[in-house]
Amino acid sequence: MKQKLVIIGNGMAPGRMLENLLEAAPDAYEVTIFNAEPRVNYDRIMLSPVLSGEKSFEEIVIHGDGWYIQHGITLYKGCKIKSIDRQAKTVISDTGIVADYDKLVIATGSVPFIIPVPGHDMAGVLTYRDLDDVNAMMIAAKSRGNAVVIGGGLLGLEAAAGLAEQGMKVTVIHIMPTLMERQLDPAAGHLLKKAVEERGITVLNGANTKAILGTNRVEGVELADGTIVPADIVIMAVGIRPNAALGKEAGLQTNRGIVVDDQMRTSDPDIFALGECGEHRGMVYGLVAPLYEMAGILAKTLVGEAAAYAGSVTATKLKVTGINLFSAGDFAEGEDREEIVLRDASSGVYKRLVLKDNKIVGAVLYGETSDGAWFFDMLKKGADISEMRDTLIFGQSYQGGSPLDPMAAVAALPDDAEICGCNGVCKGKITGAITGKGLTSLDDVRAHTKASASCGSCTGLVEQLLGITLGDAYNPAAVQPMCPCTHFGHDDVRRLIVAQEIKTIPDVMQQLEWKTSCGCAKCRPALNYYLISNWPGEYQDDGQSRFINERVHANIQKDGTYSVVPRMWGGMTSSGELRAIADVVDKFAIPAVKVTGGQRIDLLGVKKEDLPAVWSDLNNAGMVSGAAYAKGLRTVKTCVGTDWCRFGTQDSTGLGIRIEKFMWGSWTPAKVKMAVSGCPRNCAEATCKDVGVICVDSGYDIHFGGAAGLDIKGTEVLCHVETEDEALEVIVALTQLYREQGRYLERIYKWMKRVGIPSIYANVVTDTDKRAKLFERFVFSQKFAQVDPWAERVSGMDKHEFKPMASLEFAQAAE
Amino acid sequence: MSMHMNWTAIGTISDIARRGARCVNTPLGKIAVFRTADDQVFAVDDQCPHKKGPLSQGIVHGTSVTCPLHNWVISLETGEAQGQDVGRTRTIPLRLDGDVILIGLSALVEDAA
Repeated sequence: MKQKLVIIGNGMAPGRMLENLLEAAPDAYEVTIFNAEPRVNYDRIMLSPVLSGEKSFEEIVIHGDGWYIQHGITLYKGCKIKSIDRQAKTVISDTGIVADYDKLVIATGSVPFIIPVPGHDMAGVLTYRDLDDVNAMMIAAKSRGNAVVIGGGLLGLEAAAGLAEQGMKVTVIHIMPTLMERQLDPAAGHLLKKAVEERGITVLNGANTKAILGTNRVEGVELADGTIVPADIVIMAVGIRPNAALGKEAGLQTNRGIVVDDQMRTSDPDIFALGECGEHRGMVYGLVAPLYEMAGILAKTLVGEAAAYAGSVTATKLKVTGINLFSAGDFAEGEDREEIVLRDASSGVYKRLVLKDNKIVGAVLYGETSDGAWFFDMLKKGADISEMRDTLIFGQSYQGGSPLDPMAAVAALPDDAEICGCNGVCKGKITGAITGKGLTSLDDVRAHTKASASCGSCTGLVEQLLGITLGDAYNPAAVQPMCPCTHFGHDDVRRLIVAQEIKTIPDVMQQLEWKTSCGCAKCRPALNYYLISNWPGEYQDDGQSRFINERVHANIQKDGTYSVVPRMWGGMTSSGELRAIADVVDKFAIPAVKVTGGQRIDLLGVKKEDLPAVWSDLNNAGMVSGAAYAKGLRTVKTCVGTDWCRFGTQDSTGLGIRIEKFMWGSWTPAKVKMAVSGCPRNCAEATCKDVGVICVDSGYDIHFGGAAGLDIKGTEVLCHVETEDEALEVIVALTQLYREQGRYLERIYKWMKRVGIPSIYANVVTDTDKRAKLFERFVFSQKFAQVDPWAERVSGMDKHEFKPMASLEFAQAAE
Repeated sequence: MSMHMNWTAIGTISDIARRGARCVNTPLGKIAVFRTADDQVFAVDDQCPHKKGPLSQGIVHGTSVTCPLHNWVISLETGEAQGQDVGRTRTIPLRLDGDVILIGLSALVEDAA
């Protein structure tokens, strides 16, 4: 017979308790949860990254709706319990729902403390506790106005950083002389203040709030010394108190929180308190690690196992990206204490260890926190450090003079060293899970052990453990292989093709030990490109390794017909060309005629067998292939410039045509689109192209690295030149550099990001000698590449592509 | 399956580029005839089971072809889609007589009937 378990509150502590309970005894209880918040269990610690925009709420949910359904748990969302009737053993919600219990768990968490100054209940005063608070803050942040955070502790600083990230002008008001005085000593607090101020946040220490000002909503905060700080929102982050009201009203023993024993039991044998609302041996906790420990104890108690909670030693990490802060234990000064301090001003590092009787009792690390786990381990164990006293502060990797190797530090940790503080996961549990369950990724470790699944600050350590345990098999930043046929990446293959003078695809596969006999649809076209670009004139292009469009020089459509796009240099045409196009459309009954974004005309629905004849007619009118399918130069769009436009500064059309006529032909890693605008009004949209030119009075601004497809990105300015000749030289050199360095299918804007603008600039702009050599290499490639593929095929090349092998009639078969 | 396959000559193996394909027109649609790198020949309906893309236009590797429309990989031996994709294109019986390729016409006609 299942017992009824009712839980008031659906936060992280009861969530973890239920996980443990369901694992130990899934059928012991029928569970009902009442959650005042209208939602499932989520990682409250990760609200800070949600506020700063680094994560979405969905990413921090711990148990989705499905989890409750799967485990047969009834969850009342947005349902607050009004009172507990201990005689009848029932709870009543504010909406009148009554639930009876055999065992009751109160997990009502904390309430944020609100300082009772005048104006504390005005519109615009927020706390920082749950998702509703975060949403309210994010809406307020859209105004990019002034935010005042009262409270310079962990939560207040995280709120301040998040709001600053969202564009608000933030001031932190803190009553104590230094920030985070509970966790940091004054020296580290001072360093922290500087780091916070570097983010544009104003910090006022020793500031006492007197009143919150405003008529209908918040307008400012007045301090005791008379200073008034303007504010559009005020966040109160001055501390939390256990939410013990329900327990108190029910007659349970309460102090600051609901008093519990080592089994989390209250003064009523059937009622338990868990998490922040509970008080154990005089301590209340606001950090997740102790709460998870308590959750584990309570789960055992509920299934009748012996268990006892003995309190927790805690360590804290600040979750503001870019500020490394770790603190543990008790670091107050004292007569019977000594300290060891390390400061490195230029790198902003401050480390302090507080020792008593040759044991570490407290640690504060700022700027360099990788030894936090090691110091904390020794602190918890009460280890005698007298032997390593001289080098202790330098960290684990300096003990015994071993070389500085971050992996060695983690490797040397004992198996019971705690890696994940939030969830209490030690090194041995992680490495054991990696080998025992065959885990191969960070996500695997999170899922199976919970390590790095809560606040995420131990992620680096977990990744190191994956590296140590799996060796070469784990390498998150490793080179991505080209495809499953090889372990080489694109850059290695390109390099080896040149270094080993490999000149055919079969030779590449042989010498680089391809895993397949024939490659695949991913690598063969890439290899074909690398070979043709490295060995122009020598390498015989392999049509069978080209994607269909490039093989037949037309664009395949969804129904197996093709589209034909003849070139229109610089977007200029003539009546003759238009007439030829119109005639071809009529003659071959081409169903659709479309003007393209590239400033030319597209004929859609041409049957493959008709292609050579269509091309022949277009060739006769002087038109050549527009390469609308090519990984090569597509178009150079133009606007009219000095020929016609009253604003034109240079002959943009002329330059555009000149570039297109010079550069069409050679294959490139991915398609290349260009444009030339006659003045900064940029009517040719040159600033979102792979290469763009903006003509100005004094010459030509060369732009590159734009995108207007899956990504939208404006161009970077490469340089300014004064003549058309120089413009062409720079653009050609840039393109040739891209041809030699780019990975197959990598657009210029991605190549630019990968290799960096400085190196491109050096090769193409500053070093005119390199530029000239790049130019020459392109010209050489053009000798073999600048051939109209349509004309070739009209003259009979590849005729097998365009004719069926045979045509059969079934009448023959019947005979 | 009929006793008489009605093997019909459609051309020679050298009509097809290695790692390539040619088409055979029939009143009931196109057939794609493939030649692999090691001179094996296969015939399938020139239609991808996904959205009827022309398999004859795809890149051939090993004994598979990658459809040019959406990159499904189809086995030339069985006509089955590979990997996680599910679907099958009809295979046509085929024979080599020296250099001459013959297809089993009856298989086509029977399916049509």
